[in-house]
Amino acid sequence: MGLLSLAIWTPILFGVVLLALGRDEHVKTVRWIALIGALVSLAVTLPLYSGFDVSSSAMQFVEKAPWIERFNVFYNLGVDGLSLWFVLLTAFMTVIVVIAGWEVITERVNQYMGAFLILSGLMIGVFSAIDGMLFYVFFEATLIPMYLIIGIWGGPNKIYAAFKFFLYTLLGSLLMLIALIYLYTQSGGSFDLATWHKLPLAANAQTLLFFAFFAAFAVKVPMWPVHTWLPDVHVEAPTGGSAVLAAIMLKLGAYGFLRFSLPIAPDAAREFAWLMIALSLVAVVYVGLVAMVQEDMKKLVAYSSVAHMGFVTLGFFIFNDIGVSGALVQMIAHGFVSGAMFLSIGVLYDRMHSREIASYGGVVNTMPKFAAFALLFAMANCGLPGTAGFVGEWMVILGAIKYNFWIGFTAASALIFGAAYTLWMVKRVYLGPVANDHVKALEDINSREFLMLALLAIAVLAMGVFPKPFTDVMDVSVADLLKHVAISKLPQ
Amino acid sequence: MIEKFNLAALYPELLLLVMTMVIAMLDLFVTSPRRTLTYVLSLLTMGVVAVLQAHDASSGTTVYSFGNMVVSDPMGNWLKCFSTLAVFVTVVYGRPYAIDRDMLKHGGELFTLGLFALVGMYVMISGNNFLVLYLGVELLALSSYALVALRRDSATASEAAMKYFVLGALGSGFLLYGMSMLYGATGSLDISTVFKAVSSGQINHKVLVLGLVFVVCGLGFKFGVVPFHMWVPDVYQGAPTVVTLMIGGAHKLAAFAMTMRLLVEGLLPLAIDWQQMLIVLSVASLLIGNLAGIAQTNLKRMIAFSTISQMGFVLIGLYSGVVNGNTAAAANAYSSAMFYVVTYVLTTLAVFGIIMLLAREGFESEEIADFAGLNQRSPLYAGVMALCMFSLAGVPPMVGFAGKLSVLQALVASDQPGAIALATYAVMMSLLAAFYYLRVVKVMYFDAPLTASTVFAGKDVRVVLLINSGLLLVLGLLPGALMTLCARAIVTTLGT
Repeated sequence: MGLLSLAIWTPILFGVVLLALGRDEHVKTVRWIALIGALVSLAVTLPLYSGFDVSSSAMQFVEKAPWIERFNVFYNLGVDGLSLWFVLLTAFMTVIVVIAGWEVITERVNQYMGAFLILSGLMIGVFSAIDGMLFYVFFEATLIPMYLIIGIWGGPNKIYAAFKFFLYTLLGSLLMLIALIYLYTQSGGSFDLATWHKLPLAANAQTLLFFAFFAAFAVKVPMWPVHTWLPDVHVEAPTGGSAVLAAIMLKLGAYGFLRFSLPIAPDAAREFAWLMIALSLVAVVYVGLVAMVQEDMKKLVAYSSVAHMGFVTLGFFIFNDIGVSGALVQMIAHGFVSGAMFLSIGVLYDRMHSREIASYGGVVNTMPKFAAFALLFAMANCGLPGTAGFVGEWMVILGAIKYNFWIGFTAASALIFGAAYTLWMVKRVYLGPVANDHVKALEDINSREFLMLALLAIAVLAMGVFPKPFTDVMDVSVADLLKHVAISKLPQ
Repeated sequence: MIEKFNLAALYPELLLLVMTMVIAMLDLFVTSPRRTLTYVLSLLTMGVVAVLQAHDASSGTTVYSFGNMVVSDPMGNWLKCFSTLAVFVTVVYGRPYAIDRDMLKHGGELFTLGLFALVGMYVMISGNNFLVLYLGVELLALSSYALVALRRDSATASEAAMKYFVLGALGSGFLLYGMSMLYGATGSLDISTVFKAVSSGQINHKVLVLGLVFVVCGLGFKFGVVPFHMWVPDVYQGAPTVVTLMIGGAHKLAAFAMTMRLLVEGLLPLAIDWQQMLIVLSVASLLIGNLAGIAQTNLKRMIAFSTISQMGFVLIGLYSGVVNGNTAAAANAYSSAMFYVVTYVLTTLAVFGIIMLLAREGFESEEIADFAGLNQRSPLYAGVMALCMFSLAGVPPMVGFAGKLSVLQALVASDQPGAIALATYAVMMSLLAAFYYLRVVKVMYFDAPLTASTVFAGKDVRVVLLINSGLLLVLGLLPGALMTLCARAIVTTLGT
């Protein structure tokens, strides 16, 4: 069994064991098994990084075995510079989420932890599948645990949110299924991604494929105007669900653009780049403005996620090295930062049971340690140099200016909105005098919460100060991808 | 004389028939209200017969008996094996339910009629002659009418039986009328001879197509596709759940086999005509089945509409076989339809297994709301039901996805004009379907339970149910073996 298989199946195995443990009689055991499972799963992903050859753009740690022979589907795994970091990020966030849910979740603990571990394995599967059908199976299967997480442990309007999440994303991915089957027949019966990358396709076929993939991935990212599910879902989802959703699940969509849309339909991608850039800029500017007027903290961070993911899609479709690398760095940074933001809101919510900005004020007086962390994450969210948030956005803006000054200019202006809505929220929630008796009674974070936030803070700072390990891994793969996209696949 | 009959090829059928009669006789002397003796004997018979069918199927040969009236080929053998297993599982799930409702108190008709229905399916599956097929249809139908009416004291069951009988008779009438026209045009009842006559091109095309229309209508009734679906929801809802499972499970396998015999083996040269009819039925079924499914509050009725739409998918597989008179894609298309039907039946069995498990004395547990909070009462059975719902919705890695994948793949590969549009339509319809399947999951997982009582299952039910639901997942993860099995069976059948 290869390393990637271990990375996928270890958390799933632990998850199944947890599900089998039954009701809430052994809560303590369940929590410890979940933590051990998450840590072991993280540990098995580490050799992937240490053993990764940064000078090669080829798929590494490749595993290939026949799966459904009748349709030539292979259990084909591999990572390259585009996907490696997401495997690690997923395993890391799972540890954080298990810690975050430690005492907060008291009902059906085994199902909660089990769902997150299984989800983790499935998402790693998405990032490491290099067979189209295998990718699809993992991509779709992630809906099931997330649906249950939102629906069981969510807020008052959880059922609406769970359905909206499931059906909205299913709509997009069903169209992708048709695209995959079409590619299968066009390529003479193969689901192999590398084969598809080389397959010549006529212009209108490319256009249709591009929009079929767009339907699946734009909904997942989510891009404006199909982002409307995200705020609803974030508000209702439990803290851990929001964190995983923002930190990793949104990246599944962005990653799909890199793995499918760009290399399979490069001509269509270039032709419709203007559309993608326009939608990204709308997300960056307009959704940024929308975020500013939110009353609900989770909604605010959700809209800020949409705006940040706008940077990612912008970076992809300006087709230069620094833009695409910047977008990838932004994806990882956003994974840490948005995860941390949602977990911080979770810390407050567990104490006050309110997400309204208006019910807080002066939290720094009663929770100084926590406020320090929250401020750091807020700064990272508005892209302060020295934090993870800065690197990616700065690279994307540089790339955009190279591509077209005004596009870069518009994107850069969004940094101001980002700072505005984040800092304004910080001011209203954390700063100022103690607003009411509830805030007065707040207790500062305990050691568990400290550990969880500290781990994220280290990640955010390390990535901001020293992004080289991240960019090094990507460079060759990004260059190779761009070279591939530059060559027309239209039949001569 | 004996050689001409070639009885040796039919020994599983004969064994089943003899055992059915033996069980019917023995049952007269059983006094226990649980009918353990006849229950065990029925299971034993079906188990042995299923093994024999599987053994015959694996030999991979085609044998004709009774002067070409009956055929025994791998496709038929496998479908007979699967339908036997389906009835086997139905009987296991259904016995506690039947005992609670005094359905076994006065006689073991549930078992004997079930076995006779199975004989009918066998005849439908292996008939190679219009009249033999019709005999099979009637044997199955008459047993089923009686089964639906098995609870004499229940008004809804009697109403369902009446409706089933009237519409079923109408469907059989259509079928027979179509067959008679084909007989008139070709001068033969023998399917192979009909095929030769039709492919010669000498026959008046108009008469053939007129007959074909009636045959397709008759088949539409048996599948329960729109617009011949009117009986499906009422019968599913009204019949005792164990009988609903019989109709919703094994019946579909027999209907599929008969469609293969009539349309593919007999009338393949007319594919261009019947494919057009099937596609209309399919498009309508997907739409009506899924739209109406959303509105249901009764789970059995919801499953009925879901069946209608799922049969639409099967028809898509049957539609994709012949393109411009070229049959190169036929094996791929028909085997995907066969795979779909087999996996659909597997899922349906588990769904009704859970419904009957939750039903208690005087309580039917057939409203969706009755499943509220099942996850708190029994995480295991809630998990099984969720597995079924996700499978029906076609979410990977459950087996329902493998079925949808193979059917859609066959459709797109056929490269007919509009194939992509039709595939897109089909997946959009399954998005509608996902809504009502998810609602069942929602009720089980997100709502609070109405009672705190735990769910009890006998050992036999539990074992079978776990194997059944395990297969949903295992076949979803590793569908290769079953797909290859279907493909081989269809290839052999098409080759003769």
